[in-house]
Amino acid sequence: MGYKEISHTADWSIHVWAEDIQGLLTESARGMWMLTSADPADGPRAERELSLEAYDAESLLVAFLEELLYLSESEKLLFDDFSALSVEGRKLSGIIGGGPLRSIEKEIKAVTFHNLDIRESKGGLEVEIVFDV
Amino acid sequence: MITFNDLTQISETEWEIPQSFRSDMRGPVRIFATRELLDHVLSDKSLEQAVNATTLPGLVGAVTVMPDMHQGYGFPIGGVAATEFPQGVVSPGAIGYDINCGVRLLGSQIEAESAKPHLDMLATRLNQYCPSGVGKDGIVKVSIPELERLLKDGTKWALKNGYATKADLARTEEGGAFKGADPRKVSKRAKNRGRTQLGSLGAGNHFIEVDIVQEIYDEDAASIMGLQKGNLAVQIHTGSRGLGHQVCTDYVREFQGAVRRYNIQLPDRELVCAPMDSPEGTAYLGAMRSAANFAFVNRQLLAHATRRAFEETFAGKSKNWHLHQVYDITHNMGKIEVHEIKGEKIKVCVHRKGATRAFGPGAPGLPPEYQKIGQPVLVPGSMGTSSWVLVGTQDSMMRSFGSSCHGAGRMMSRSKAKKEFRGDILRHELGDRGIHIRAGSMKGLAEEAPDAYKDVNAVVETVSQAGIARKVARLKPLAVIKG
Repeated sequence: MGYKEISHTADWSIHVWAEDIQGLLTESARGMWMLTSADPADGPRAERELSLEAYDAESLLVAFLEELLYLSESEKLLFDDFSALSVEGRKLSGIIGGGPLRSIEKEIKAVTFHNLDIRESKGGLEVEIVFDV
Repeated sequence: MITFNDLTQISETEWEIPQSFRSDMRGPVRIFATRELLDHVLSDKSLEQAVNATTLPGLVGAVTVMPDMHQGYGFPIGGVAATEFPQGVVSPGAIGYDINCGVRLLGSQIEAESAKPHLDMLATRLNQYCPSGVGKDGIVKVSIPELERLLKDGTKWALKNGYATKADLARTEEGGAFKGADPRKVSKRAKNRGRTQLGSLGAGNHFIEVDIVQEIYDEDAASIMGLQKGNLAVQIHTGSRGLGHQVCTDYVREFQGAVRRYNIQLPDRELVCAPMDSPEGTAYLGAMRSAANFAFVNRQLLAHATRRAFEETFAGKSKNWHLHQVYDITHNMGKIEVHEIKGEKIKVCVHRKGATRAFGPGAPGLPPEYQKIGQPVLVPGSMGTSSWVLVGTQDSMMRSFGSSCHGAGRMMSRSKAKKEFRGDILRHELGDRGIHIRAGSMKGLAEEAPDAYKDVNAVVETVSQAGIARKVARLKPLAVIKG
């Protein structure tokens, strides 16, 4: 499981790999927060219930990351615990955990579908995600 | 990978990838670039993305790309694509997430030489009055019903509420209000994001810059615009903030299903689209125009705050400290326009993503004083380098759907820029050159290092030589405020 920043002329891109779709969502979120230099603050943990449905796995990944970005902007919360999430086909549901957000240094405008293709690999699944910044 | 051998040279500044290059192309790709700038273009995937853009159903003529082009996501930055209205498609990804990202230029009668001792204080006040940075709230918060009025009325809302003058509206593209905005098609989430962000700069490559008018190339045009050599001017570069980002996000997601319903085959999912006469296409056009109106108001509020900073800094020190609007342009937008294709006038949706409308003299919709000279085209350079004021030409109407370049254009990735440059060192270097910098993020500043961009002068020389814009004035930065 992991992620790595890859070169892109104008925007940001990461390569993410994991054993399964749940791991891929988790690592994608971690990679996204790394790119933004999100800085957590001390404070009580928070939980939110999440329920998303999409056309396919790629759309679900975009919807999930967009949801995290929205919560960071609207509620100033940084979600980083996805152990209670379950994914079945094109549906995602469960509880996500996080804490207060001190700041995000660099802005992501959107998670794009550009060449987004979740592929099977030796170790499970992999994908490249391009973020508009 | 597209190579130099795949291109046909039309002139010193124009190249083509013929429609025969790939079987799914609906038209050719036209590239405005010198041989040197072309090498930058061939080093990334911008031309592959331009070829992909030619597959949009209803494409009319060529997909045209500007010399500041670079790789984006789906559609290249610096790209222009026209689709026949109303049966052709509209593609949100070909307009971008920052709907109506654009530039406003304000001119002044303040002599830069006499202003120099006050520039540091001016930069501090601009930084204080113009909120910037990630997720920062703006100058004004409005209720949802008030926001909906603003999405419909654009800058007329700002005029009614004392943030604008009639002259500001007259010198804004579309008068600062796109007709056909439909706030009902903007999601609740987008509205919630937008209602607190009015009058905010955001982050990334957005900025407010105080410049000196360094050189005039067309005295008549500059005089009509109110630009005089040696005087201060201000550029404001930002867009529709979270509201626009959310509108595009919502419709790119929605259109993933629309392409299946309308049986549209595309090489990249980010290009998803819908016919303009379909319910999905009509809804997006209404939402996009609403977001564009939000962006006009956003820049208007920042101009209002900029005027306050100027008044507090220069009142009593300069005879006339007022800032007048030169023009406000959008460089991320889809617009319904009439263009002549092979001798026939056709109504099309011109998608411009990182490209500026550059209408020539006599074009409809320009304010009376610009009818004679053509529409001002505002081309900000990278941080610390020149910016340009151009005007559109008759040639741009015939050869580029009335479009020109929008900036310098990136050539170095953000990841490489972060490794090569340090924000604090860059700030000192620019300071040593007399440029006052206020920046919220040193990492963000490093990513925007001037050497990460192409030479804006080479970009402008190219569009000038190609005849799709004409030089009026060059600006040099004195103070930069970034998120």
